Amino acid sequence: MKTEDGVIEKESVVVRFSGDSGDGMQLTGTQFTDTTAFLGKDISTFPEFPAEIRAPAGTIAGVSGFQVHFGSKEIYTAGDEYDVLVAMNAAALKSDIGNLKKGGIIITNTAGFDSKNLRLAEYPEGVNPLEDDSLSEYEVYKVNITSLTKEALKETGLSNKELERSKNMFVLGMLYWIFDQSPDYTINFINEKFSKSPELAKANILAIKSGINFGETTEIFNTRFKINASPQPPGTYRSITGNNAIAIALISASEISGLPLFLGSYPITPASDILHELSKYKHSGVRTFQAEDEIAAICSAIGASYGGSLSVTTTSGPGMSLKTEALGLATILELPLVVINIQRGGPSTGLPTKTEQSDLLQAMYGRHGECPLPILAPCSPSDCFETVYEACKLTVEHMTPVIVLSDGYIANGSEPWKFPTAKDLPKIKSEFTDKPNSNDGTFLPYKRDENFVRPRVKPGTKGLEHRIGGLEKANETGDISYEPHNHELMVNLRQAKVDKIADSIPEIKIDTGSEDSDLLVLGWGSTYGSIKTAVLELINEGYNISHIHLRHMNPFPKNLGMLLMKFKNILIPEINNGQLIKIIRDKYLVPAIGLNKIQGLPFTTSEIKNKILEILNKK
Amino acid sequence: MNETTNLPVLEKLTYKDFAPDQDVKWCPGCGDYSILKQVQGIFPELGKRKEEFVFISGIGCSSRFPYYMDTYGMHSIHGRATAIAAGLKASRPDLDIWIVTGDGDAMSIGGNHLIHTLRKNFNLNILMFNNEIYGLTKGQYSPTSHVGLVTKSTPFGSIDEPFNPAELALGAKSTFFARSLDRDPKHMKEILLEAHDHKGTSFVEIYQNCPVFNDGTFFIYSEKGTKKEESLYLEEGKPLIFGENNSKGIKFDGFKPVVVDLTDGKNSVNDLWIHDKRDRIKATILASFANGNNGTHLPRPFGIFYSIDKPTYEETMLHQIEEVTNKKGKPKLDDILSGDKTWVIA
Repeated sequence: MKTEDGVIEKESVVVRFSGDSGDGMQLTGTQFTDTTAFLGKDISTFPEFPAEIRAPAGTIAGVSGFQVHFGSKEIYTAGDEYDVLVAMNAAALKSDIGNLKKGGIIITNTAGFDSKNLRLAEYPEGVNPLEDDSLSEYEVYKVNITSLTKEALKETGLSNKELERSKNMFVLGMLYWIFDQSPDYTINFINEKFSKSPELAKANILAIKSGINFGETTEIFNTRFKINASPQPPGTYRSITGNNAIAIALISASEISGLPLFLGSYPITPASDILHELSKYKHSGVRTFQAEDEIAAICSAIGASYGGSLSVTTTSGPGMSLKTEALGLATILELPLVVINIQRGGPSTGLPTKTEQSDLLQAMYGRHGECPLPILAPCSPSDCFETVYEACKLTVEHMTPVIVLSDGYIANGSEPWKFPTAKDLPKIKSEFTDKPNSNDGTFLPYKRDENFVRPRVKPGTKGLEHRIGGLEKANETGDISYEPHNHELMVNLRQAKVDKIADSIPEIKIDTGSEDSDLLVLGWGSTYGSIKTAVLELINEGYNISHIHLRHMNPFPKNLGMLLMKFKNILIPEINNGQLIKIIRDKYLVPAIGLNKIQGLPFTTSEIKNKILEILNKK
Repeated sequence: MNETTNLPVLEKLTYKDFAPDQDVKWCPGCGDYSILKQVQGIFPELGKRKEEFVFISGIGCSSRFPYYMDTYGMHSIHGRATAIAAGLKASRPDLDIWIVTGDGDAMSIGGNHLIHTLRKNFNLNILMFNNEIYGLTKGQYSPTSHVGLVTKSTPFGSIDEPFNPAELALGAKSTFFARSLDRDPKHMKEILLEAHDHKGTSFVEIYQNCPVFNDGTFFIYSEKGTKKEESLYLEEGKPLIFGENNSKGIKFDGFKPVVVDLTDGKNSVNDLWIHDKRDRIKATILASFANGNNGTHLPRPFGIFYSIDKPTYEETMLHQIEEVTNKKGKPKLDDILSGDKTWVIA
């Protein structure tokens, strides 16, 4: 619908900012996102950047992208295709044009299409896509952003390099004009960020305003859009990424449980942001420890847990492999420990900045000995808060390490979050014993309660001195025991303790659709948005299908098996080569069908829809 | 947080309070027995309550130690005791933590954790029982075994250059390094007390005889006939004297330590190297005695090579927390949950 002043009202739009790693696209995208969310629209983002800090400038390997999907309806994914592509150079255009909608808008920085840039982007000699008719299907705007920015800021006295770096703010200004959004949020941000360098703040604000003025005065853009605020539930919101939600969840669980927070971590992409964020909270008493390696990271956390802390270690796949020996120790010691794995493409260094769900079988089975552990998986950036908070509650209340499987997609992606207040948070029961627990007055460190949970003691507690260790222990006393039946008993007790957690977690509910449908899509983790969107769209098209999404990967909710039996078709989409499907088939003997994608990218909605239709149409 | 409250009067403890009812299961004649006895012996003198002590160990013969001390303790996994102790100390500075490890546990599989724990300088005590062999796995060469040692995994002799623990510790910026040996209980006791007194990571290498797989390796330093000529006992502020009837000394020829005869009238005690445990260069040269300096035969030093005061990791960590909290104030959880940019949907 076109309004009088040439502004088109749209339900949702996808914008892709794309440029060289040094062009500041992540910052531009984040500012655009935060402003958009601030104005009440629902959003979902997908930052995508190279593993290299500065891949050779101008090359396709160096392209950094930030995709944001926003709308006046509920948004669950960052979008399959974009309506608008901002391409700061030739490589960005070449790399990202494939997913631009036919008829979509391209805004280019012509300064990024000189002969050197074209060569680096590997266009054939003499070919410039801005000058031939290869982009005739699109609405192309050619703007020399670099020179316009320099011209606008020439009075500021900044160096040429600083002027050049401000061009992303000019872009942001243009986008605010096109989408009819106020720049105030970003102006505040800039004033805070450059509070110590007011001349830089002034220049950046001038660049934004110049971008807006350029749009307004030149009337170059044929199309402007208006997206109304989304009818989200009333409340106070903030924008949150998955990794920041994890950090906040840990601080919250520490405060609610009364246990001091200790993080032992070693830097690894894409988990490091949790370490960074928590390190800012020294004034909350948070103790962050950057250990010498992944092994020391988990071992220091085990030491702190033994001392009575709420202990956490954060990592990604390769680090998880290094931690597995110590995870065995934490399991046999029966100490609380939250292990957070932000999964990425593997094996080995694999695709360090790309997403994957390929560590589920490792979390389930990837340790020596019989070593069962609870596993939780968040389904969106804000769900990382609830999931990690629940992991903290389970680890403390059940005296077992708990694994959380997030991934690169939701770790870096963001969405609006109707955050809770402290008083809304579930209580965490944290108890330390200071008395002997046997009739003869001795202390039995492995005597269990009705949930098979052993008592927790702080070293320093008078009269309860005892030794624990990695050797198999005699039931109740914890003394070393090599007795054959005792070992079997202890293995079974540790298993029973984990299984019993099923009594403490909610039964699974159908997320979308009904219990009586032609096909169930069963998902876990970060695929939630793509699956939900696909299922909703097909239901709107008249199909009878449903969606269940798992957070509790081990133990499963008690009613999962019964629920699965009700469906004749079960589709399990995963960003891996088929892992949940193996567990589901093994446990429930249902003929589930897999949909697998292993490209370091999330599912598009259409990939899931096509698979669903393929199954339904076969019948 | 977890700090234990200080009682005004400490209970009088004896070594028996630290001996649990477990059978000690080292081989007969193992040097570990002597070390255990000395540790149990000094603990009542440390002025702490029994529940404040924690022993953390890794894997190996020495690492069974926590089971034989009636304190809090964790027998952990191979090489990781220092890493576990680091986390425990960072979260519980009030505890008195002792790490018991061996040459394989500390210097091979746990080498990385050892060097980083040393440089970070937690207030911990590390006792490394060095027997130059892998005992629990039944006799393979270790990272401190000398070149040529014939073991099960080196039937034609070891070809590895061994670590010199003193050099390794000093290179890793250890703030305390001392050496003692199982067959000199009196000396060991003194060193253990000094190690405990030192605020920072105290690294004590204890030569320990393995009667089964590497018997007698250190006997020249402890047995009559060779002890006086081969071992040099370091005393703070005193000249380096050794030999039968204290007849020999060490002096500097430039930076080179040389052995001099104190009976031939050419050198007197006044010419000798005076031990100064705060002198890093002297400590480094003392450490090199074990390498056989350029063919010069030097006695093996025992005692405190190096000891300096430096803020501990946990002190600095707490100080930083306090400083930031004073500056910014403790944030309310609700403020953390909301962040500083929110919007309201009506």
